[in-house]
Amino acid sequence: MPRPDIASVIVKNPNDMSGTSTPFSWQQAGRELDGLPGGGLNIAHEAVDRHAMGFERDRVALRFIAKDEMAKGGAVHDVTYAQLTEQTNRFANVLRALDVAQGERVFTLAGRIPELYTVALGTLKNGNMFCPLFSAFGPEPIEARLGIGGAKVLVTTAALYRRKVAGLRAALPGLEHVLIVGDETPPFGTLSLAVLMAAASADGRCEPTAPDDPALLHFTSATTGPPKGVVHVHGAVLAHLVTARMALDLRPGDMFWCTADPGWVTGTSYGIIAPLVLGATVIVDAAEFDAARWYQILEKQKVTVWYTAPTAIRMLMKAGANLARGFDLSALRFLASVGEPLNPQAVLWGRDVLGHPFHDNWWQTETGAIMIANTAAMDIKPGAMGQPLPGITAGIVRRLLGGGVEEITAPDTIGELAVRTGWPSMFRAYVGAAVRYRECFADGWYLSGDLARRDDDGYYWFVGRADDMIKSAGHLIGPFEVESALMEHPAVAEAGVIGKPDPVAMEVVKAFVALKPGYAANDALRRELLGHARQRLGAAVAPREIEFSADLPKTRSGKIMRRLLKARELGLPEGDLSTLEGGA
Amino acid sequence: MTDDDIKKAALAVLAEIAPEIKTDEIDPEVNFRDQFDFDSMDFLNFALGLGQRIGVEIPEPDYPKLSSLNGCIAYLAPRLAGN
Repeated sequence: MPRPDIASVIVKNPNDMSGTSTPFSWQQAGRELDGLPGGGLNIAHEAVDRHAMGFERDRVALRFIAKDEMAKGGAVHDVTYAQLTEQTNRFANVLRALDVAQGERVFTLAGRIPELYTVALGTLKNGNMFCPLFSAFGPEPIEARLGIGGAKVLVTTAALYRRKVAGLRAALPGLEHVLIVGDETPPFGTLSLAVLMAAASADGRCEPTAPDDPALLHFTSATTGPPKGVVHVHGAVLAHLVTARMALDLRPGDMFWCTADPGWVTGTSYGIIAPLVLGATVIVDAAEFDAARWYQILEKQKVTVWYTAPTAIRMLMKAGANLARGFDLSALRFLASVGEPLNPQAVLWGRDVLGHPFHDNWWQTETGAIMIANTAAMDIKPGAMGQPLPGITAGIVRRLLGGGVEEITAPDTIGELAVRTGWPSMFRAYVGAAVRYRECFADGWYLSGDLARRDDDGYYWFVGRADDMIKSAGHLIGPFEVESALMEHPAVAEAGVIGKPDPVAMEVVKAFVALKPGYAANDALRRELLGHARQRLGAAVAPREIEFSADLPKTRSGKIMRRLLKARELGLPEGDLSTLEGGA
Repeated sequence: MTDDDIKKAALAVLAEIAPEIKTDEIDPEVNFRDQFDFDSMDFLNFALGLGQRIGVEIPEPDYPKLSSLNGCIAYLAPRLAGN
């Protein structure tokens, strides 16, 4: 018998390779979840209890590095899966004792402290919705979110409470309980979390939640109107698990560091839930960005998988390759980035300086989990967001007059990035805004609001936002919220807010302000407005730059044209001005 | 430049970036970020602004040394001695 011509049979990456394995299906993947012993599905059971009942019970689930860790000689605070089960049981029992009913909302406003993680998972155990707020928010974003989200319980620190929440209590009658972390006497009108925890039993169970029961609430800013409360369900946990494995190459036993704060969706989906579901150890650093400290953590904690953001990577690049080379980063296996497009230089800098390229990926608060990624299994295209993960169908679409959309199949054509509905972590509502929710969908697509193109190889490339949203340091900032805060100042007649391109943060918030008669545009007033905005909004949301402008461009109906402000800022042609006030 | 000049320069740059800060209440020993809302971008702008204001080239890896008022003085004073 003649021998087969091997060369004709064995080719690298054969095109029919996918035909040799079972295609991915969410139904099949769902078998990896345990489900609750009595039926139902609860994120906290998948993330904590099932490991605590198994061989992983003594594995470290969370490793906390305090702000002053370096001063303390490198001591860390470890919590095993078994301990995390007990602590989260206690917190669920605290909520029961406070008569917090299933479906009611528990908020946190805190830095990355251990209690935040206990509260997150204990809240889910009790069948409540967990909503983390970014601790750098000022009182206005906090009030809007607590109000819209219908917060019943808030867990925070005494310092944050006094600075940002105490003054809001009268306006938030639904906020029944404020629990204070730490040893100091809780301020008037609040309770001590530690005292309640000590009195609660460590025994317990998850409430029998169903896959479609709401679990997580994350806020995202809007171009017009108040922020939107994005609702995710317990069933989203399947997407957390699958995407962490496929897009982050995350495995049981990994030392995983996600640098995002749980106040943003990445810090909850991938900073808490996904790695615990997979049985990894999660590194949590309480401190803010510091290049040397970050390298020290990567080295000392032997981080294997690292998920961070473009702004941080660019700051590391600015700190220089020499700094990185002073550390042993050999434990690293996989680096990923999310938040805004990662520039090709940064992808390659990872490869050249850290030993591995960064894998960029794309998703949004609304998608709940990574949708498009450069995975370990494929070639990275530096600058591209990657390809849709198995189980995800993405497309480039064009909105049609009259409501529908049509898919654009020609490569390299710019359109709106859309995802076929039905993936497990698809958001299920904007709280109290049913119309806005419906407007996100057309013809079976979720419309992301991001403009992108798909190349011949199926890789997606971010182009910009379809609306006026600002992408700054990985956060989506709505101009409306910033403009509203500025308008509250007695000197301000009108304000228009844009994202100004920035080499580190991608964009920074810049405000153009028109003053009321009788106010002089001078430096003292500019600073006063800056301080005013920062106090109300917090540093992360407030403008970094304010410019006075006597005539803000407006449509005939009086709407400020942010796009034109941006065009002026960039020195671009202003386009057709015929709809402007006064014509052109 | 005296220590006091450095302090004044640092406070002026802080007031430019975060005018809401009550500069007379700043604890010179404590990190800026632990005293008021001051994020990574603010800090980067502070380090850049301070270098420009006093006319000293501050290499990026040294930025963390500028994270408190006393840190600024300790780092900059030897570099400015005699100016």
